[in-house]
Amino acid sequence: MSAVKTRNMSTITDIVRPYASMFRIQFIGQLQYRAAAWAGIVTQFFFGFVFVMMYSAFYGGEAGAVGVPSLQTIISYQWLKQAFLMMVVLWSQDADLLNQIVGGHVAYSLCRPVDLYSLWAARLLANRAARCALRFAPVLILAFVLPAPYGMIPPPNVESGLLFIVSLLLGALVAVGMSMFLYVLTFVTLSSVGPRLFIGAIADFATGMIIPIPLMPDWLQRALAMTPFPHIADLPFRIYSGDIAGAAAGAAIGVQVFWVITLGITGWLAFRVVLRRTVVQGG
Amino acid sequence: MITLNGIHKSFKVARRKPGAKAALAAMFRREYDIVNAVDGVSFDIPDGEIVGYIGPNGAGKSTSIKVMSGILIPDEGTCAVAGLTPWADRKKLARRIGVVFGQRTQLWWDVPIIDSFDLLRDIYRVPQDEYKRSRDRLVGALDIGAFVNTPLRQVSLGQRMRAELAASLLHSPDILFLDEPTIGLDAVSKLAVRRFIREINAERGVTVLLTTHDMHDIEALTDHIILIGKGRILYNGTMSAVKSSKTAEGLPVEEIVAGLYKEHGL
Repeated sequence: MSAVKTRNMSTITDIVRPYASMFRIQFIGQLQYRAAAWAGIVTQFFFGFVFVMMYSAFYGGEAGAVGVPSLQTIISYQWLKQAFLMMVVLWSQDADLLNQIVGGHVAYSLCRPVDLYSLWAARLLANRAARCALRFAPVLILAFVLPAPYGMIPPPNVESGLLFIVSLLLGALVAVGMSMFLYVLTFVTLSSVGPRLFIGAIADFATGMIIPIPLMPDWLQRALAMTPFPHIADLPFRIYSGDIAGAAAGAAIGVQVFWVITLGITGWLAFRVVLRRTVVQGG
Repeated sequence: MITLNGIHKSFKVARRKPGAKAALAAMFRREYDIVNAVDGVSFDIPDGEIVGYIGPNGAGKSTSIKVMSGILIPDEGTCAVAGLTPWADRKKLARRIGVVFGQRTQLWWDVPIIDSFDLLRDIYRVPQDEYKRSRDRLVGALDIGAFVNTPLRQVSLGQRMRAELAASLLHSPDILFLDEPTIGLDAVSKLAVRRFIREINAERGVTVLLTTHDMHDIEALTDHIILIGKGRILYNGTMSAVKSSKTAEGLPVEEIVAGLYKEHGL
């Protein structure tokens, strides 16, 4: 039987096969949660309206001071946030994986000939893609149909639109890279509740989900710029509205790539350490 | 061939005295007990055998299976499974072994069982033609064709366990570890699982190590048993020898094993 085992494994397709397959199965699995998606869409409409009304009142019909984004920019920002929420928020995690760690089912995953970090990262990315795929279109359609100034406007040019898509996908990767540390922490604490609340609360603020980052004080904006947080959602949303464009957008996307790689490598190493510990101490 | 030589594994378990004061004290200084899960376990299993690994709860069965499948690194001792040291060659070994933990599932909850099989095909990088052959054979042998397109959450426990067995064999391993594969199953499913284990052993020469609390599993599958208790191997031999001893004559098999446990102070 073992004679069959000698296979040529050098091709790229063979290397990525488990991870691509994991992405596919998880994506399909998540698409089944249609009721949750409809409930999500209603929630997203509701919060979208609340935020849009709030900022309209806040701007009071003025164009805004120098250095502060226009009302229209902020309103687009709000609708993009609602449409792509599940792609970028850090509180959206995989309860099943967390339970696998806490309950010891991870034993099965350890008996597989794959890199577990990459496998789980592929799965987290699939969750984000699927949950977002079910929700974003209705929210965007409504936001475009709404009359000015409450509705959304298209990006100023095709370039901004394309860069937005690239940046949003990279933002999802940054979110996955940060999320993987939650799973690392759960291996250590054996309860996901604490780390999840902690990361979720900090990230909601630091990614600009509560107050858009351009409206924060300068010193806070400068501090956050040193962290990966603004590179998850704030950056793509500002590229969309043309707030960040041209060379500045290219440079910012470069920083996003830097964070994807940095978080990937450090997360992979941290994962190795906790797995080793688990293997030594028992699941 | 599976060889264990003087495998020892102990765990640190936090000790807590009852009461609020003790709980508060534990926040600053924790006391630990050392529990010897396996304490110098040695045995050999030749290729192509079925071995029943029995012992009461907490005896060290699962711990030794975890060591043999590379999930757990022992404190002491050596182990070779299919010529590999499990914890050093975990990923390499993964292709050679199949594992079923009866109380856990390796299939995806939300998707049809067949999709889980496809994912396992890609995880083990099994070529499509080889996969198709082995999948069709397993689906037939385990009689799971009727519900293989059903999401896992909608099938019964007996159906699930048969699907788990198929899942663990898709990559054609030569060694199969089964940790309580019949737990909670009805008579029909139990019989199907047993018949299948006999089949893959006889036809494909798969070496099987199975733990169970159901002595009828053992009777139906093998005469070779290894008894473990408190982390030590207490008996390694044939069931028939145990049965034919004077004290066991005419007793039902459960009684005999209970007698064995008692004899060793378990």
